Amino acid sequence: MTWVNAVTQGILLGGLYALFATGLSISFGVMRLVNLAHGDLAVLAAFVSWSIVDRLGVGPFATLALVVPALGLGGYLLQRGVLDFVVSADPLRGILVTFGLAVVLQNLLLEHYSANAKGLDAGGLETASFRLTDQLAVGWLPLLTLGVAVAVLGGLSAFLRWTRTGRAFRAVADDLRTARLMGIDTRHVFGLAMALALATVALGGVFLGIRTTFSPGAGPGLLLVAFEAVIIGGLGSLWGTLVGAMVIGVAQTVGAQIEPGWSILLGHLVFLAVLAVRPQGLFGRVGRT
Amino acid sequence: MSLLEVDGVVARYRDFQALSEVSVRVEEGEVLAIVGANGAGKSTLLGSIAGMVEVSAGTLTFDGRSLRGLAPHRRVDLGIAMVPEGRRLFPSLSVRENLQVGAHRRRPGPWHLDRVLDLLPLLARLTDRPAGTLSGGEQQAVAIGRALMANPRLLLLDELSLGLAPIVVRQLYQSLPSIVGAGITVLLVEQDLTQAMTSADRLYCLQEGRISLHGRPPDLDRAQITTAYFGAGR
Repeated sequence: MTWVNAVTQGILLGGLYALFATGLSISFGVMRLVNLAHGDLAVLAAFVSWSIVDRLGVGPFATLALVVPALGLGGYLLQRGVLDFVVSADPLRGILVTFGLAVVLQNLLLEHYSANAKGLDAGGLETASFRLTDQLAVGWLPLLTLGVAVAVLGGLSAFLRWTRTGRAFRAVADDLRTARLMGIDTRHVFGLAMALALATVALGGVFLGIRTTFSPGAGPGLLLVAFEAVIIGGLGSLWGTLVGAMVIGVAQTVGAQIEPGWSILLGHLVFLAVLAVRPQGLFGRVGRT
Repeated sequence: MSLLEVDGVVARYRDFQALSEVSVRVEEGEVLAIVGANGAGKSTLLGSIAGMVEVSAGTLTFDGRSLRGLAPHRRVDLGIAMVPEGRRLFPSLSVRENLQVGAHRRRPGPWHLDRVLDLLPLLARLTDRPAGTLSGGEQQAVAIGRALMANPRLLLLDELSLGLAPIVVRQLYQSLPSIVGAGITVLLVEQDLTQAMTSADRLYCLQEGRISLHGRPPDLDRAQITTAYFGAGR
């Protein structure tokens, strides 16, 4: 039963990881940008939420109404104002610039908030749970997180599938040059993609902050998990990203069950195993350029 | 006033001068062909009109408006649509979606999905297929339909016949009169000289980035064109 419990908690943890990974999946899928500041942007969202709670005395969920649009807008401006000028020429430059951004963000957060870990208080929800069986309890917060992740992915999938702008996203992902030729303003599409990426990672950051404590240095660890989830799921597959996030989540909770120190390690090992056996990921398309 | 005036256009790829002061006029309602050997600068010329190739000197004027500095999507707004060399469909999108992307910034006009499917009937049963799974001829038909969905005034066709069987090429060119009949001006680039001579009202020959000959196909004899095409006898 302890194993069933570990797997259940791992699947739920996958919901949180999916919220980090979705934005990475979008920015890689649409603009071939590996955003190394992605994890730090999640941490930034958590700190911004903490500040709003601190000043206004509202609950952390209420801050989402501000944090999510603010990071979305920030994403659009970041893409149009900075990344547009570096990414188009050479993918390596995008990596360098976002790495620089990550360092700047970490240090600004450290400067402003100090190195002390902070947490977001959701008034008891973070510890509330209900029993499925005598030995299996499910926390409301992880369940809510997973629900939000599924809703976000479902919404994004519908957006990509059915809307004019979503179609433009897919056209840009397929063939950037031709998309421009067909009248798509690709800079605007890139801006919107980054806005969506940061809006989703803002959700992830706030849910992370409610679930556990966070400090300015937490970003790279989150980036790694998100990156592994995207690769395991397969590049360009949104639902694959959710499955990849769950695989990492389950590997970590099962690892912790075997031996508490193995949690993070087993996650990475599973990632390496998938990479060795199926480098295109579980749902990746082979030969996609 | 011509619909499109290309005046003294120079374009470079690094050290290589792809176009050397090329001037071309496209009159409203005509079919104009540009022929020439590989690397003569034909596709570069179309690219400079569509906004995909940077022009280092000269002017491009479309319907009296300078195209200088205008992004490709702004040129689509003005009514310039292109069928790029090698079709370049969006492989993971269905045929219908490819056509819909063509209409992303559609101008008001007669072309919509049903009319495109009327013009290119072989597409009607393929609308839900991913474009990446089509044959070359089918892909070319989608590429033409996709450009028409924007309701262009000027349609740029780059190497329609490339890599296709002659019978397929003839079928595709059969749709040209309906396109011109709908009021669209056509500028086509073609390596297949015979096809260009039969389809076009006027013809320019490009050689090493310069216009080496132009005229109406009936007024030109093949020896003249061969010389202008390959540069033989110079």
